[in-house]
Amino acid sequence: MNAAQVVKQSWQKVFGAGTGSDRPMPGDASHGTILYVEDITVSFDGFRALNNLTLYIDVGELRCIIGPNGAGKTTMMDVITGKTRPDAGSAWFGITTDLLTLTEPEIAEAGIGRKFQKPTVFEQHSVLQNLALAAAGNKSVWHTLFKPIARSQLARIDEVLVTVGLKDQRDVRAGILSHGQKQWLEIGMLLMQDPRLLLVDEPVAGMTPQEVERTAELLLSLAGKHSVVVVEHDMAFVRSIAKTVTVLHEGSVLAEGSMDAVQSDPKVIEVYLGEAQERK
Amino acid sequence: MKQAPLLSLLVGERGTAVFLAIVAIVGIVVPVMHLVPAQDSALQLSGYTMTLIGKYMTYALLAVAVDLVWGYCGILSLGHAAFFALGGYAMGMYLMRQIGTRGVYGDPVLPDFMVFLNYKELPWFWHGFDMFWFAMLMVVLVPSVLAYVFGWLAFRSRVTGVYLSIITQALTYALMLAFFRNDMGFGGNNGMTDFKDILGFAINTPSTRVALFVASAVALVLGYLACRYITLSRAGRVVQAIRDAESRTRFIGYRVESYKLWIFTFSAVLAGIAGALYVPQVGIINPSEFQPINSIEVVIWVAVGGRGMLYGAVAGAVIVNYAKTFFTAALPEFWLYALGLLFVVVTLFLPRGFVGLLDRFGRKPPAPPASPVDVKAVVA
Amino acid sequence: MRRFFRYAFVFVFVTVLWTAAAKAQTTAPAPGDVFATAVAGLAADNFPEKSAAVTALSELKHPNGRAVLAALLDGELYFRNSDNKVFITDGGEELLALTDPLTLAAAGSGKPDDYSRITTNNSLRKTLRSAVASFALSDPDAGVRLAAVREMLRSIDDDSVAILRASMEKESDADVRKAMHEGLALADLDSAEADTRLTAVAALKDSLSPDVYNRLTAMVTAAEDGTFAEPDERVRTTAREVIASIDSSRRVYSTIETLFFGLSLGSVLVLTAIGLAITFGVMGVINMAHGELMMLGAYTTYVVQQAMPNHIGMSIFIAIPLAFLVSACVGMLIERGVVRFLYGRPLETLLATFGVSLILQQVVRDVVSANNRPVETPAWMAGSMQINEALSITYNRLYVILFMIVVFVILQVVLQKTSLGLKVRAVAQNRNMARAMGVRTQWVDAMTFGLGSGIAGVAGVALSQLTNVGPNLGQQYIIDSFMVVVFGGVGNLWGTLIGGMSLGVVSKVLEPWAGAVLAKILVLVALILFIQRRPRGLFPQKGRAAE
Repeated sequence: MNAAQVVKQSWQKVFGAGTGSDRPMPGDASHGTILYVEDITVSFDGFRALNNLTLYIDVGELRCIIGPNGAGKTTMMDVITGKTRPDAGSAWFGITTDLLTLTEPEIAEAGIGRKFQKPTVFEQHSVLQNLALAAAGNKSVWHTLFKPIARSQLARIDEVLVTVGLKDQRDVRAGILSHGQKQWLEIGMLLMQDPRLLLVDEPVAGMTPQEVERTAELLLSLAGKHSVVVVEHDMAFVRSIAKTVTVLHEGSVLAEGSMDAVQSDPKVIEVYLGEAQERK
Repeated sequence: MKQAPLLSLLVGERGTAVFLAIVAIVGIVVPVMHLVPAQDSALQLSGYTMTLIGKYMTYALLAVAVDLVWGYCGILSLGHAAFFALGGYAMGMYLMRQIGTRGVYGDPVLPDFMVFLNYKELPWFWHGFDMFWFAMLMVVLVPSVLAYVFGWLAFRSRVTGVYLSIITQALTYALMLAFFRNDMGFGGNNGMTDFKDILGFAINTPSTRVALFVASAVALVLGYLACRYITLSRAGRVVQAIRDAESRTRFIGYRVESYKLWIFTFSAVLAGIAGALYVPQVGIINPSEFQPINSIEVVIWVAVGGRGMLYGAVAGAVIVNYAKTFFTAALPEFWLYALGLLFVVVTLFLPRGFVGLLDRFGRKPPAPPASPVDVKAVVA
Repeated sequence: MRRFFRYAFVFVFVTVLWTAAAKAQTTAPAPGDVFATAVAGLAADNFPEKSAAVTALSELKHPNGRAVLAALLDGELYFRNSDNKVFITDGGEELLALTDPLTLAAAGSGKPDDYSRITTNNSLRKTLRSAVASFALSDPDAGVRLAAVREMLRSIDDDSVAILRASMEKESDADVRKAMHEGLALADLDSAEADTRLTAVAALKDSLSPDVYNRLTAMVTAAEDGTFAEPDERVRTTAREVIASIDSSRRVYSTIETLFFGLSLGSVLVLTAIGLAITFGVMGVINMAHGELMMLGAYTTYVVQQAMPNHIGMSIFIAIPLAFLVSACVGMLIERGVVRFLYGRPLETLLATFGVSLILQQVVRDVVSANNRPVETPAWMAGSMQINEALSITYNRLYVILFMIVVFVILQVVLQKTSLGLKVRAVAQNRNMARAMGVRTQWVDAMTFGLGSGIAGVAGVALSQLTNVGPNLGQQYIIDSFMVVVFGGVGNLWGTLIGGMSLGVVSKVLEPWAGAVLAKILVLVALILFIQRRPRGLFPQKGRAAE
């Protein structure tokens, strides 16, 4: 690699040419890591939900988090998005943004988007209207009353519709979409905010096999431009999307690596995969 | 993108078009039928009937105001008649000042009830009400300030649902108690009445009545269109999103409390204007307008007509009040049964009101407007 | 000459006869007879003789003497025209009911024409009053004696003073002695001696009697020309000090009285709100017909009293369970017929139950009457307990407070200790979980609504004793009930108790300053501000998944 290419690469890393967004990158991720979670501990009434949890997510990565129920996956997301404050530890978004000092809306503004398990789209509104509601931009009363939606946002809506595969359902009322479509719509709404980091909680629960496949494609297409963390139980799905898998157990990381490595890890087998030793 | 003209957007929808047509017809035919035929001829529409219809129109405006906050934003305000009454009182104060020396006691400055209660001078808050523009300013300002303060306190602390409704009842109840007091300076339990003229024109002449009638029609149309604009705009979408899933809307990044506050305040302004037009037509304002049951009745008008549609609220207001006029004349003991049953039947069986019922038979469902037009329409 | 002697002889003869006759009348051979003679003397036709008879009677201290003298004072002492026999009468126009003064037994009745009233004049009445008072002062009941002394304080004069001084020696009861001292001190205020007046003023330091207060204030009030009724400066100064000390005592008692009224109002609020809190806490619905359910309870009391007019005392005890049943049944009908279908839509439920409330009001107007109905207070609840002149506790309010406590305790027991209560609490905290555990939530809903409504009915019985019973009774109290629920929260019955009591006390404390209306407005504003910090009230419902 010659000097010019080195410079270009660093430049790109610093100034985010690979993110596809017209917004300056908050949270300097020049080291290639977008999320630093270190020694996070959370206790609820004596029960340790998170126990010295440490993990790192790289820029553009698609990471899967798996673990038995009660392992702390949802609590971890709560801490990252500011819903819960940990008792100890630190969480940084890039190098410059301390997540523990920001409020939920501020963290959302900073570029972390979270999709909850249950799809909560606006059922009475159309797909288009849902996306328009979620669009970035000035959200004050005055603005929404008198100013039209920005052209760039309209363009973005079209983009997102294509990305999530709902272009043909643009004017359909969200309430009558299938469960899978609602999940995609919600991911779409998340994308409207152009987040740097997406936290996706059990996206394929309740989906048909075709929908699961579509979702896998969707998430894979998002990786690179965005960093994506997916919490899931469906092992086939996880295998189909993840390069790196992190296993949580009792509030801390039990194992981390490729799906194969994790599935053959004896600790993981003992704790999570149980007696049925189905190895693919 | 080709922009659809704003006006066509506002009136483009079937229910609105029907509503506008009806109001236009009524607004022209009724005055003509009152003024043109000879006095007391069979053809003449009596002043009483015209005033009655004018009154219905002010009620319709009040209903639209309530539909805006309830049907579109999900705030069940059980105290909106308070804003109506406050607007009415502002107008009443102006009209009282206009009486001047023609009152029973002949005092040029003090209204009759003040002379009767031994006031030596006009209380400070009556100053300025001899000027029409000032009174009109108060019609808008007083309800809006009250709504703003109340809303700020309530919404900021995330009081919602049933708790909020109860508090609005308490608000109107407190105002009722206050205005009933003779020493408040607003006429006490007798209220204000015996108005002589408005803007120099005698109040009881046919031409003034017609003017007030037309003014009510115009106010109704303008208020309606304003609400329609709001509901079609992006802000309107947000407001409906708040109604359907408040936390989700907050999560997306909208300041829910702001939206609620502004829509509540605007609705109060509409109610105040309705009240101000009501008073000169019925000729009296008294504290019983603040009664909690009045506010609940407005809600039933909207529920009967169908909420979330604006024209449903208008229909409901007219239907229920017409029924009330009819029943209290024909079978007065039956009216309360009818009203009570109306509440029960409509909430149990007609969640979309009568207009919603009509929709089910033949028309395509009105909500939500799934056309792409509404989003792009408010694009530059 | 002969004629003169003839007239003189007749004159002397008549005089002697007359005196002899008079003497014969006034000699009293035996005690019982003495009384009888004295009584008979009242029928005399001149006032000096009547006066003498009165004095004789009062000195005799015969047990029946008081009744006779009191009757004379009231103009109810008559003598029979035929034989001058004296009777105490109970006057009707057609027929006089007669009582024999010697035995105080009924003596039949007679026609008014056959009897003549024994008349009195002012000086005789004055004598009578003293006589009756002095009788009262020797009554064995201390309460009677106390009342007599207080009566005397109203119009203290030399005679009363004399009687008081005489009776004070023999007085055993401390309260009565105190009152007597007061009476004497009050009289001494008129003394010519400044020192006597000074001592008297100082002695009145602990008196709460309004007459004393007025008298003292009069002493230190300046007339228009600047002079005082009381000439001596030292006396005036002491009087002012005493007035100040009385004022502060009065303030204390007044505060206690305000607190009592506050507790009483608070108890009413708690009773009216607790049913609403239960329904709202478990089902999340506000029952706008709650007020009418209370009204039904009040009307039940009326009906019970109509059915048993001779047993008003018992009526309350029958009305309570009956009102509970009536309102509970109506409540369950409402729940099954209306509320059940609106599950999950609290705002619609509010509207639908409002419709029901209108219907209930009109039904009562049609079936019973549009006007208020009279409900009597049973004898054991009437009247008041006079702690001292500045403080009296009415029994009906006191009983309402006690009643509220009983109801509260019973409710707590039902909720905490019974199976129904357990199910109710489970459904309130987590409906789905409860259903999953096999609790029939529909049945629990109906029972809860019934319980809340029944309590409303019982509250109505209490209200019937405190206020007018009419079709609008519910409307008067519904907003206040809401306020209590909003303030206290629905997570815990204690919330309703504390909420209701505080609102009641605060309202009553504000009232003297601000007037009833303004006090209410201030409370409402304070509540709105309070909700800023605690949107769900003092004791919010925990464990609710949705709001």
